[in-house]
Amino acid sequence: MLQALQLGCQRGSRHILEQVELTLQPGEVLVVLGTNGAGKSTLLATLTGELAPATGQVLLDQRPLASWSALERARRMAVLPQSSALAFAFQVEEVVAMGRMPHASGQRRDSQILREVMAAADVSHLAARSYLSLSGGERQRVHLARVLAQVWDSAEQGCLLLDEPTASLDLAHQHLTLQQARQMAARGLAVLVVLHDLNLAARYADRLLLLHEGRVSAQGTPWEVLQVELLEQVFKVPVSVQTHPLHACPLVLS
Amino acid sequence: MSVPAVKRSILFSLALLLLLAVLLSLALGPVSIPFTDAIGALLHRVTSWTVAADTALIVEHIRLPRTLMGMLIGATLALTGAAMQGLFRNPLADPALIGVSSGAALGAALVIVLGSVWLAALPAALMPYTQAAGAFAGALLTTWLVYRLGSSNQGVSMASMLLAGVAIAALSAAVVGLLTYIADDAMLRALTFWNMGSLGAASYDRVGMLVLCCGVVWWRLPRQARALNALLLGESEARHLGVEVERVKRELVLLTALGVGAAVAAAGLIGFIGLVVPHLARLLLGPDHRQLLPACMLLGAALLLLADVAARLLVAPAELPLGILTALLGAPFFIALLLRMQRRGGL
Repeated sequence: MLQALQLGCQRGSRHILEQVELTLQPGEVLVVLGTNGAGKSTLLATLTGELAPATGQVLLDQRPLASWSALERARRMAVLPQSSALAFAFQVEEVVAMGRMPHASGQRRDSQILREVMAAADVSHLAARSYLSLSGGERQRVHLARVLAQVWDSAEQGCLLLDEPTASLDLAHQHLTLQQARQMAARGLAVLVVLHDLNLAARYADRLLLLHEGRVSAQGTPWEVLQVELLEQVFKVPVSVQTHPLHACPLVLS
Repeated sequence: MSVPAVKRSILFSLALLLLLAVLLSLALGPVSIPFTDAIGALLHRVTSWTVAADTALIVEHIRLPRTLMGMLIGATLALTGAAMQGLFRNPLADPALIGVSSGAALGAALVIVLGSVWLAALPAALMPYTQAAGAFAGALLTTWLVYRLGSSNQGVSMASMLLAGVAIAALSAAVVGLLTYIADDAMLRALTFWNMGSLGAASYDRVGMLVLCCGVVWWRLPRQARALNALLLGESEARHLGVEVERVKRELVLLTALGVGAAVAAAGLIGFIGLVVPHLARLLLGPDHRQLLPACMLLGAALLLLADVAARLLVAPAELPLGILTALLGAPFFIALLLRMQRRGGL
């Protein structure tokens, strides 16, 4: 379980985050929404220990995040960045295998996990290819497979944090990625996803958290958060919220 | 994961190449010695093998220390080059190109010239160590400076790093130039030697210093192979994979400075080994540091020995400075790499 208590961050005199409270429970998918510059990236950096909060604290299993060693933390928490700067010709399988680095689960278990996560992220057919020969979307899926491998066995103890995982993906792979996020939640993990697409969020999240100017302006189920007035106030665009014709979730039209 | 058979056989071939290079380095030179005699000269003290006295003398006192020094320096330069490329996440980082070697040479030059006054009371056997200490300090300072200049929140910029290297090389050249004014003849010769790089001054004192310094580098650096792999993904990714990034970076910078410092103190500026060897090794084995680092050590030692043999033979009985030979071969290689990266659109 990952908790943020009264989280605040400052850059210079500007408040990036103020009094952010959130609890990420095992087995749930929490999607963080917000405009550009709302503080989503800072929130993620603080939750993963990249950035020390100015006020408040982050707890992983009731223990302050800073008191975890890097290795202990890596066994519990995997983070998918927006993009990666890898410029060396690793084979795809080698990149995915790096996800098992924090673990000492043995070669047999590791190679079994590699097979499973590469199938889950739809990169099995790329296993022997050079990472550098892949397209942006394929690279993103390779890293998804890598972070899945990192917490594949963690169950209720694991946290998975994905930063805009659908950014460079085609429609089918956007859904595949978020279905994987749901699958991981079904395995017991606590999953947090930063997204821009309100409708993907509405469809796959258990709960939404709407950040606005560094503060939590709403938190709750998709139906609770995706309210016309709130969205128009945050995104400054007229919207209409309807029921999705295929799924029972809200559908935001703008 | 286990090392695939292909990679293992490549490592084995590199070891054979090194063995061949060692034999050539012992046998070839102004006086040519048959391979069997070269081996015999190594073993005649412990076996009943007999060789001519002058052959034994040449091998024991000239060729062997030189060969050992070449192996130690070649392996260390290649190893630290690979580590720097991993640390900076850029295949073009090389201790010589980004000014670390110049900084080391400056440190050593300061010790040679100023040290002759201040450190005159020290016994001569300690000289390699004081020069190495000067070179280490110079290398450490420049590595730190280059890293500070080259890195920002967005990562490490190769352009700023290379420019920092240019600036440091210019500064080093200027200060060494100043030192030549106050240097006497012996110092002048020593200073010229730093700038050209050569194994000509090989001695068992220097080999001893190198074994000590490079030994630490060889022992500690390959342990960071997995951390280096993770660092290639980016610093925050490495942190999320459980690497204590700051500690690893500090250790890598210290080890690189120690290795380059010792190499420069013993043999002056020998460039491009740290660039060319890791590149070739990556072509053979891929970028995984667990195999790349041992391959770099084997190939670096072998290539430096072969270059040194060439330096001895090309203009025999005179000798081409090794640093000039490696630069002649390495600089076009570097330009080719630059062109290729530019065509790919990324520097």
